[in-house]
Amino acid sequence: MSSIIDTGRRSLLRASGTAVLSAAAVALLAGSERMAAQAQGTSQASDVQILNVALGLEHEAISAYAIAAGSGLVSKAVLPVAVQFQGHHKEHRDALIATIRKLGGMPVAARPDAEVATALNAKALKSQTDVLRLAQRLERGAANAYIGVIPSFSDRALAQVSARLASDETMHWVVLSQALGDSLPPKALFFGA
Amino acid sequence: MDTLLACAVVAVCMGPQLAAVDADRGKALWEAKCIGCHALDANRVGPLHRGVFGRKAGTAPGFTYSVAVRNAGFVWDETRLEKWLAGPAQFLPGSRMGFSVADPADRADIIAYLKSLSGG
Repeated sequence: MSSIIDTGRRSLLRASGTAVLSAAAVALLAGSERMAAQAQGTSQASDVQILNVALGLEHEAISAYAIAAGSGLVSKAVLPVAVQFQGHHKEHRDALIATIRKLGGMPVAARPDAEVATALNAKALKSQTDVLRLAQRLERGAANAYIGVIPSFSDRALAQVSARLASDETMHWVVLSQALGDSLPPKALFFGA
Repeated sequence: MDTLLACAVVAVCMGPQLAAVDADRGKALWEAKCIGCHALDANRVGPLHRGVFGRKAGTAPGFTYSVAVRNAGFVWDETRLEKWLAGPAQFLPGSRMGFSVADPADRADIIAYLKSLSGG
């Protein structure tokens, strides 16, 4: 079975001072390296802007799951799933940071968890159901955001990455919806509509 | 008969323009499309949305805008929000939002919802 991580590239990344990347980050870079070799310009700057907005979303999601895990409202059965989802968002974050840097951009920094908690009105959360509802809402919003920016990317490889990120958020939404006992959407094409 | 036909033609041609906007539908659309980045009462990845209709662009307290939006120099109204949601990068090059709303009816309903939040 072939690996997507090329040993030569990994060495190059280490040699250039880049931290060890997740498999997802390397996969992203494999797509964006083509673009890095292409002409620089406004379209690339625009792509970096979009990626940075996506990075902001991922930072927020990581904080949101940390807030949820520390709230005392999440049961022992649900906690590992929340931690796993947070792990996915950390992989997204790392991949986005690596790509933004590769394209010559400056990745946006994460906001403190306390600021995110205020922005998400975390003090209103009183039960596990409240936590799951918030996560469900944010995951759907993130999936739709990733779908919604696909036409805006000038590089088709990045558009594909956006679709892959949207798929992960959709996966989270499905699990959260099942945990909440929600019915499936009655109609197709629920996301991105 | 000719009159009836003429009325039908006018109805077809003018339908989209005459269709009433639906702020309730706009709320549902906002919750599906905008909530990934925006909240009503707090800045998140994007600025807070309550009061955006009628607010000068780039002036939500505490939010750090792109230069393009900060220097836009206009007040958000139906026309500008319509252009923004149709294609932010085309309307204000250099802005950060890559998300657009393709359907004009969806845009109109979202704008109606945002307007309702401003007491409009």
